[in-house]
Amino acid sequence: MRTRNTLALGGLCLLVACIHLLTALTGSQYYLTQLTMSAYYGLVIIGLGTLMGYAGQISIGHAGFFAIGGYLAAALTTRNLEPFLTSPPVRWLEALGMLRAGQDLYGARLITVEPWAACCLAVAAAALIALVIGIPVLKLKGHYLAMATLGFGTIIYRVLLASPYFGEADGISEVPGFPLLPAMGSLGPVVVSGDPGHRVMNYYLACGLLIVGAGLLLNLIESRVGRALRALHSSEEAAEASGVDTARFKLKVFILSAVYAALAGVLLTHFNGGIGPSEASVMKSVRYVALVAVGGMTNLWGTLLMGVGLTFLSLRGVFGTYDDAVFGMILIGVMLFAPGGILSLRHLLRGLLAGARS
Amino acid sequence: MSPDLFFQYLFAGITYGSIYAIVAIGFNIIYNATGIINFAQGEFVMLGGMISISLLPHLPLPLAIAGAVAATMVIGALIEMVFIRWLESPSVLRMIIITIGISILLRESALHVWGESIRSLPYFFGNEITVLNLGSVHLSPQVLVVIAACAVMVAGLNVFFKGTPIGREMRACAANRTAALLCGISARNMVTLSFMLSAGIGALAGCVMSPITYTQYDSGTSLAIKGFTVAILGGLGNSMAAVSAGILLGVIEAFSVSVLPLAFQDAISITILLIILFVRPHGLFGSSEAARLKDF
Repeated sequence: MRTRNTLALGGLCLLVACIHLLTALTGSQYYLTQLTMSAYYGLVIIGLGTLMGYAGQISIGHAGFFAIGGYLAAALTTRNLEPFLTSPPVRWLEALGMLRAGQDLYGARLITVEPWAACCLAVAAAALIALVIGIPVLKLKGHYLAMATLGFGTIIYRVLLASPYFGEADGISEVPGFPLLPAMGSLGPVVVSGDPGHRVMNYYLACGLLIVGAGLLLNLIESRVGRALRALHSSEEAAEASGVDTARFKLKVFILSAVYAALAGVLLTHFNGGIGPSEASVMKSVRYVALVAVGGMTNLWGTLLMGVGLTFLSLRGVFGTYDDAVFGMILIGVMLFAPGGILSLRHLLRGLLAGARS
Repeated sequence: MSPDLFFQYLFAGITYGSIYAIVAIGFNIIYNATGIINFAQGEFVMLGGMISISLLPHLPLPLAIAGAVAATMVIGALIEMVFIRWLESPSVLRMIIITIGISILLRESALHVWGESIRSLPYFFGNEITVLNLGSVHLSPQVLVVIAACAVMVAGLNVFFKGTPIGREMRACAANRTAALLCGISARNMVTLSFMLSAGIGALAGCVMSPITYTQYDSGTSLAIKGFTVAILGGLGNSMAAVSAGILLGVIEAFSVSVLPLAFQDAISITILLIILFVRPHGLFGSSEAARLKDF
């Protein structure tokens, strides 16, 4: 990784810590909850940004992958498996130590999947679906690709709405926390949950994950794969002629971005303690695309900062009832006037300043 | 399945299918003129229904519908002039995102103007329980109005594109923009006109279907996906094939209800869309040889 990126990532870590100190000093730690959620959404957005900006493939179905992750994790950790204990798949899970026993609200025996196992299963399912969907979908281009991914997202949304297993219109609630590490010595356990006592820890967890995720993507972009992707974006034929296996690279980035989305879905669901069908809606997918576009498609830093920042404002309810309209406006405005993203305007500004000086 | 039930499903399918066909033709008109898929196409249908419902207390029904169509055409023209006209050869990705943004803006404005309530126009002839008996099949007269209106629109468009000078100029622009420019046709005006035309037919479809399907601020999105499915089924750009494709999809959907739960109805048409995209991206009626020259 280039030193510039390392420095920037270090700066980001510093920023995260500064925000925490600032909220601690001003007694406004409640901001950290929405910041944690924004960081998870940020993970979806940088994954999608890599797909759109570097591989040049649009996806209006990423809320689908987010929902696959979130819903599977939620369903596996809340739905009682006791009636199915004798069926082979459940027995395999038991043999692998993936089940845990508890008691439900009424004291009955509750057998659910361990959160870590549910997380692995959910992310693996998302990756598998991305693979199966990606092979045919990524052969398409332009409008066809946009509509096919939109169609995929809509199918997921409809299936979630129509399945009693996934709670239909109510979604799934009462999802337990996700214990990452047991308590060690004086340190308490590390848990992904919305419990106010864990707020600061979860803030650092989410931001840490986002920084690690961004670091990995930056590494990927600077690597041979990244160069191949950029070649693919500017001209698929030329890339193919230079020996880049375009279909394979596109598929890999598609799966990678789906895994980012699913992981964010799993963790945010544990953090919120539930998930609803609106997370899978087309509007969510469009919003992710809007945030990538605002940040500048080929600008991971722009996507990351704009994505987390605007999501935070939206979650704080700054836009009120105009929430969706604001994102529509942002989408049009950026695409009309600054297709390179908001941060590309600084070049324009610099040019204007230089012109004024001379 | 009894023959009565069969015909009942069939007519329901044809009704919805002809609406899908009109939306698909709206897609095709703009696609032919600009190479853009207008993701806001479904919103034109919603606007047509909503505006006519708002005009109805002040005007008789035919005038309310005419007013709604005219207003939607103006909105279509404005959208093209404000957002699309002045862009110099924008990339496809950019156009997709812009038209998606437009569809969100139209939908959200409708939400703020008309609220979330579900509205509808009254039945054109009789009321909800008026029934025409064709043998053993029971139909609402509105079903016939929808089918007739769609048939008239398709026939009218055919005459317009083949018979009138402006229609011919639009086709010339679609076939070869540069050559049309050299012949003294203003390609830009033709693009504006194509947006007006597709907004107009969308709005008219929105009016005639409103008594049956009702109108809500967000009823455009699913129509747009269905319409696009139909446009792809028929082969993008081929308006006449869209009619048969529309009726085909409508009928498949209507019969699917007898097998699968209603909640999965949308999923079915999208699955068909995906399958068609993977297997025959040039459509059921398109030629695969011509398709090889195109970019999918």
